[in-house]
Amino acid sequence: MSEIALQVNFGLNIALLLMLVAIGLAIARTRSLLAAILLMGMYSLASAVWLIVMDAADVAFTEAVVGAGISTVVLLGAILLVRAGPVRHNWRMTIAPAVLVLGVGGLLVYAVTGLPEFGDPASPTNAHVGRSYLIQTSDEIGVPNVVTAVLASYRGFDTLGETVVVFAAGIGVALMLGFGPRSNLPRAPAATGDHHVVLRVTAKLLIPLIALFAFYVQFHGDLGAGGGFQAGVILAVAPILHALVFGLRGTIAALPVRAVRSVATMGVLLYSGVGVVCMINGGGFLDYDYLFPPSVEAMIPPGLMGEPYHAHHWGQHFGIFFIELGVLLTVAATMVTIFYGFAGRAAEEPGAST
Amino acid sequence: MILFEALYVAPPALTAQAPILVIAGPLIGACAAALSPGGRTAWMVSMLTAAFALWMAVAVAGEVAREDVIDYALGGFAPPMGIALRIDALGATMALLVASIGVMGALYSGHALESEVKAEKHTLFQSGYLLCLAGFLGLVFTGDAFNAFVFLEVSSIGTYALVAVGEARDRRALPAAFNYLIFGTVGATLYVLGVGFLYAATGTLNMVDMAMRLATLGDNSAVQAGLAFVVAGLGVKAAMFPLHGWLPGAYAGAPSLVSVFLAATATKAAIYLIIRFVFDVFPEGEFGEIFLSWILAPLAAAAVIICSVQAVFEKEVRRILAFSSVAQVGFILLGVSLATPAGLSAGVFYLVAHALMKGALFMAVGAFAISVRARTVEDFSGIAREAPWSAAAFGVGAASLGGVPLTMGFLAKWSLVSAALETGEIWIVAVLAIGSLLTLIYVGRMLEAMFFRAPGRGAERAREAPVGVLAPLFVLAGLSLWFGVDATLPVSMVNASVSALVGAAP
Repeated sequence: MSEIALQVNFGLNIALLLMLVAIGLAIARTRSLLAAILLMGMYSLASAVWLIVMDAADVAFTEAVVGAGISTVVLLGAILLVRAGPVRHNWRMTIAPAVLVLGVGGLLVYAVTGLPEFGDPASPTNAHVGRSYLIQTSDEIGVPNVVTAVLASYRGFDTLGETVVVFAAGIGVALMLGFGPRSNLPRAPAATGDHHVVLRVTAKLLIPLIALFAFYVQFHGDLGAGGGFQAGVILAVAPILHALVFGLRGTIAALPVRAVRSVATMGVLLYSGVGVVCMINGGGFLDYDYLFPPSVEAMIPPGLMGEPYHAHHWGQHFGIFFIELGVLLTVAATMVTIFYGFAGRAAEEPGAST
Repeated sequence: MILFEALYVAPPALTAQAPILVIAGPLIGACAAALSPGGRTAWMVSMLTAAFALWMAVAVAGEVAREDVIDYALGGFAPPMGIALRIDALGATMALLVASIGVMGALYSGHALESEVKAEKHTLFQSGYLLCLAGFLGLVFTGDAFNAFVFLEVSSIGTYALVAVGEARDRRALPAAFNYLIFGTVGATLYVLGVGFLYAATGTLNMVDMAMRLATLGDNSAVQAGLAFVVAGLGVKAAMFPLHGWLPGAYAGAPSLVSVFLAATATKAAIYLIIRFVFDVFPEGEFGEIFLSWILAPLAAAAVIICSVQAVFEKEVRRILAFSSVAQVGFILLGVSLATPAGLSAGVFYLVAHALMKGALFMAVGAFAISVRARTVEDFSGIAREAPWSAAAFGVGAASLGGVPLTMGFLAKWSLVSAALETGEIWIVAVLAIGSLLTLIYVGRMLEAMFFRAPGRGAERAREAPVGVLAPLFVLAGLSLWFGVDATLPVSMVNASVSALVGAAP
């Protein structure tokens, strides 16, 4: 990069960080839960932009979709469930967090003095394992997006764990909010004579496009920013938007609670199943090179995907494909399960809303 | 580990994959449980899976006894590029402990859940239970600092939900679970911050590689802060004083199965990881010594004294046991803080002993809870007459907790005291003595009420628990007794663990 470009980049970093500080302070100061949630969405968007500036497109994508999108919806659902009132402050509630924040902050500042310079190509993160990933991915994995190679193959076991974390969160929400009567779900308002025509027409147009975009992000993960987590969350937005605009009843009729839960389970099963298949074929757990026995691999036509770089590493390619699909299923279904948990309750206790 | 050296319990092909199967088994089992049509099926899945995990853990223990250390490269990528499981004698011992408790808990859940959790929630509950089991097993097997975070989260998220399910019996479980969630999330965040700094300084996440690179790095503020964050984060999970605020409420409010499982495994897995970082990853030198003798030891001593006193003045039995757990974590960490082979092995032995006795105690309290809603010590008055077997098992666990001779608890305290005497740290001996005395007081108070008082208003309706509950309870209590008389097995395992850690036999 030229000197000017570097300076612009530096300025952008500073500006975005200042923006994050400002939003953080605003969140800490506001007494309105609604405002805090919306500000947190803004915080996520700003940090997504910041991550883009740092060239971490995959992370930025996730941050934007999860932080600004889905968690805002879930948090809004949560404040509908609780009776919000003024909280009495006592010294313990102020002192303990203050000590924690100051302690952590102080330690962070102290730690920064020992970190390598920002962007230093010789820093340990760039010189050691990180460099090896960049060099070896095209040979060992054969996908253009190194982030996907690290996430799905080199550290695929972590990603399985993360998928299980999402699944566990879904189980947790389902255990707490997923049971009990849901009889008085409000019916969808009559099609004519309401004020939401624009909303409904727009939603009808958007929902298929959202789903389509989700699949684009899913299958584009090998090539560019994207993958199962981002796609799963985007896919979940389609039914959630449907429920928000057309009422929960219709959405649940189309996607029953238990079925959605099963899909979340299927995702984890698919992911760990890939691992087990590799094991049965003589490799280690999640060693995609063993995904197909040699006899099967010989049957795959060389030009199947029409891309020269897929000519080898079929195991890696399909392994990543299947586990990303598992991630998609679990993430999308879990997000919908969590939404059902909150939304079902909100409809149950209309008096509790603020 | 001598016993395990001769053990070939699984076919070689399975043994080669055993390390991952210990973790993947419960993960897949959790999915199967969630898909089960009813609670009964889910329970069977839970039993089978836990038994499978134990089987594989025994196979791993055999391999470790023969080969000292097993490395298992996931995805076929050698570390540090890929993630590797790395199991030495300590990891194998911990896995055996966690998996055994997992089996006992699964067995126990057959009856215990019926009285405490709504039938419709059983499938998801068992699923969550198996997820926690997988999380803890992954935590003790992994050789990768970030992978450990992932498993920390798997187990934590599962436990938050399981604790909250206790609201059917006790509404206070909800705020307790929320507290736990906040504490746990802060802890996990601190841990991952620390791992981030260590990664920035070393460029690797593999613990062995990290240790090698840290050793050559010298004094670096990012490394120091990283280690501090890691220990503080794990300290929250291990209920290290003063980061234990989440524990009493969570243990008291959770369904009894969850209390059993958490008390016996959750804090233990975190302590294991602290030991791992302090002795395997931290560079040797001043920083680690300062941490051990100026931070860990005083905090552990404070836990022993303060939380024992809290337990003495507490009225509810479950909360007494919970405060006692924090105090016992103090005992364990005091042993670890000595940093001598004898101190470490005393700490690890204490850890195993405490897991077995607290498991038995919480299980016994759960066995009473099936028939009566007893909460305070008063409610338990004379319950031994109505439910003699459960009470006997409780008595054994309590005796072990109090350090009565012929129990494992006695041996644990004895080795701790002799390790402290060996280093000449007289103040630690004094703390141990005061702590043991306080333990005797609250243990005596519970036993006196149960065995020597006339039945109170709760106890009259008490019935003996069904066999399905008594069996695992007796196994846990029996082990506390057996290992108190003949401690060859645990002692050999602990010695092998410690020599794996510090490279010298105690």
